[in-house]
Amino acid sequence: MIVTKLEELHQLPEYKEALVELLFQLADDDFIIAYRGSEWLGLAPHIEEDVAFSSITQDTMGHAAMYYQLLEDIGMGRADDLAHGRGANERRNAILLEEVNGPGHYLYEPQYDWAFAVVRNYFYTQAKKVRIDSLKNCSYEPLAQVAVKVNMELYYHLMHWRTWFVQLVNAGGEARERMRKAVEKVFDDFAGVLSLGEKGEKMVECGLIDSEEVLKARWLQAVKPVFEQTNLELPSEFHMKRGNGRNGEHTADLIEALATLSEVYRMDPLAIW
Amino acid sequence: MVEKLTAALAAVKDPEIDSISIVELGMVENIQFVDGEAIVKLLPTFIGCPALDIIRQRVEQVLSDLEGVEQVTVEFIHHPPWTSDRITEQGREKLKQFGIAPPPKQTGPNGEWQVECPYCQSSYTLMENIFGPTACRSIFYCKQCKNPFEALKPISIWM
Ligand SMILES: [Zn+2]
Repeated sequence: MIVTKLEELHQLPEYKEALVELLFQLADDDFIIAYRGSEWLGLAPHIEEDVAFSSITQDTMGHAAMYYQLLEDIGMGRADDLAHGRGANERRNAILLEEVNGPGHYLYEPQYDWAFAVVRNYFYTQAKKVRIDSLKNCSYEPLAQVAVKVNMELYYHLMHWRTWFVQLVNAGGEARERMRKAVEKVFDDFAGVLSLGEKGEKMVECGLIDSEEVLKARWLQAVKPVFEQTNLELPSEFHMKRGNGRNGEHTADLIEALATLSEVYRMDPLAIW
Repeated sequence: MVEKLTAALAAVKDPEIDSISIVELGMVENIQFVDGEAIVKLLPTFIGCPALDIIRQRVEQVLSDLEGVEQVTVEFIHHPPWTSDRITEQGREKLKQFGIAPPPKQTGPNGEWQVECPYCQSSYTLMENIFGPTACRSIFYCKQCKNPFEALKPISIWM
């Protein structure tokens, strides 16, 4: 079954419910990781990286905006409100992606952790790639079409983060040690990125996306050569130590981020941007 | 009428590279004219491109100035996806005049690409940063004439 038009979608309440859930996961993931990326502006290790990282962040925020737009088209509310006006318990992003970049604040004494940034972004971007590849065959045609476009931009993001990952791990010494620690830390919550949440099975049944197991296997397959090349051990199990963001479980980091990023929005929610 | 609309769109330049029009960039997918309404379907080069709203405004402006046009509707669509091979030959020439290398027509199996310097035509160039000042550009350095320059990123369906 392929759903092309909104009229068809509105005839299928269960299908629509699963689709909405999936779109919120995709949108909220990109939205919050792009927000964390924007906090790095001016703080990246060198000027070229500052240009690159902010360009990736801009693309990623564009992807989030487009998923919110798809939700708006379905009748879920204005894209701007969906991005800025929802509380933490309504968010569907993975907990790993909401975590602060490190101690301190971006305005005063940021002690951000570049190793964590590289590992989180590489692992996430690879997971996004696996998801997008699957979504190219999504039964909801508007999402399948968007996936083709996102995929082209993602190509450069993935290359970027993979390069950083390999170079830092293979650099040895302190770099390798810090990267190894970051890998360990990221795996503690990485199961949350690959999770499809409580409605995951319904999504698969509706032909929206491949199952968690399939996505996970593809992710492992994609990173395996990189782990071999860097002589790192690839675990077969990941964790969700702080809960599953897909089901609305979140940390104080997200609450604080939402308060900051929606400050201007909340002054006048009806303003046109 | 559609021909007239198409001709008018040639005056709409990319706000970030003002020597090239949106027609030459291959962004115009479809133009229709129904009962006084001009409907233009555009393909964004990059999804998050901040220039899209400006382009929309410019299209509305240029077309509503035409006689017989009562309403203009601009729609951004993602299918077919914009790819860098949609840029016309004329567009490629204009990019060079602007000092930007057009996207390579072919990339290697590992994603590496050969880019010619827009100033001296040398292919003895080096990529400095795949990400440039805007989403669609990368930064290069020419070892022949020692000029830094920008190139449009190849965007292709096989990626
Ligand atoms: Zn040159």
